[in-house]
Amino acid sequence: MKPNHHLDDSTLLAYAAGTLDEAFSVVAASHVAVCPACRGAVRAAEALGGELLDSVGGASVSDDCRSRTFAALEQAGLYRLPVAAPRPAFPRALAQFLPVASLDDLAWKKKAPGVAVFDVKLPASARGQLKLLRIGAGRAMPEHGHGGEEITMVLMGAYVDHMGRFAAGDVADLDEDIEHRPVVEQDGDCICLVATERPTRFKSLAARIMQPFVGI
Amino acid sequence: MYAVMELADRRKDEEKQRLEALFRSFITRVAQNRDRQAFAQLFDHFAPRLKSFMMRKNTSAELAEDLVQEAMIAVWTKAAMYEPSKGSVTTWVFTIARNLRIDRIRRDVHMPTTELGDYDEPSDAPEGEELLGRKQEDGLVARALQSIPEEQRQILVLSFVEEIPQSEIATRLSIPLGTVKSRMRLAYGHLRRILETGL
Ligand SMILES: [Zn+2]
Repeated sequence: MKPNHHLDDSTLLAYAAGTLDEAFSVVAASHVAVCPACRGAVRAAEALGGELLDSVGGASVSDDCRSRTFAALEQAGLYRLPVAAPRPAFPRALAQFLPVASLDDLAWKKKAPGVAVFDVKLPASARGQLKLLRIGAGRAMPEHGHGGEEITMVLMGAYVDHMGRFAAGDVADLDEDIEHRPVVEQDGDCICLVATERPTRFKSLAARIMQPFVGI
Repeated sequence: MYAVMELADRRKDEEKQRLEALFRSFITRVAQNRDRQAFAQLFDHFAPRLKSFMMRKNTSAELAEDLVQEAMIAVWTKAAMYEPSKGSVTTWVFTIARNLRIDRIRRDVHMPTTELGDYDEPSDAPEGEELLGRKQEDGLVARALQSIPEEQRQILVLSFVEEIPQSEIATRLSIPLGTVKSRMRLAYGHLRRILETGL
């Protein structure tokens, strides 16, 4: 899989700095795991973090901290890589929040004809909302502007909008003011992972009426 | 004047390369022989930096030292996982510290962050990724950081050192979020240009 649509550079930097809201970092990590280009970009951004760590200067560390650290080395076991589990059907960053083996096993909530949603439950203190969206083949999502930050990653199937074709692995990391109207391709459902800050506002009246049902 | 500065920069780069080679050898000794002397050298270099790094984020001296201890123990236990091709030892230590701090702040949230060499997908690493370690060692990342405009550098410090989210940076500096993002993009573009051209 070689994605064609990538994370915005500002998102990559925030991800590397560790300041991205949890919902967004799940999407970012899911994309980075399958995208060599963004992985390289995260490395470069982390290198900035390394240089900055190097440049902050030192604070004196107490003898107590030093001796406690050395004493703890005796007990510290060696870190072992976890035994590789069979690769799940969806990204591992997401898998930890989904108690199922396949996306088909999720308790999808039908929101409108051809539209189903699954709310990914994040820990209570997590910032942002994370949802899975399943849109039927050939269906259009209501036209909407974004009420806030939003990052979408395609997990399965593909959709097309004015930015192009988005297939598995691709992310749409959009500015707030961009409006789009994705249409799912004819040959199958499209499942997307969507991180948002707050509920998305739909533009058209029909869509606004639909919003409580779609809830995206 | 310019030549003098260039010479100073080159000295700095050479010093950096020398230090990095030293750190790498210490990491190898820790990984292969559980060498406490090598670890002590790493501790004396990184612990004070880690402490000051941790304290930049509204952390008490006490908690900062706890985190320093945890981070340095992770250096000890994970030494064998360090991959020089993917970044400098300093960058690796930064990712350890970053992840620890995220875990500590949000105990109940396991944030999907990554450490060097940590990806579970097959590593079809592009050349760019493999080369990064070298480039960083050659001082290119440091040079990029020195040569970016102050207003972009400020955003990087707030993000990476103080770990403040972009929206909060916008509030703190009284600028639109879009401006914070565009400064981040410019800073990153600058870094990328320097890494690609070596200038
Ligand atoms: Zn990408």
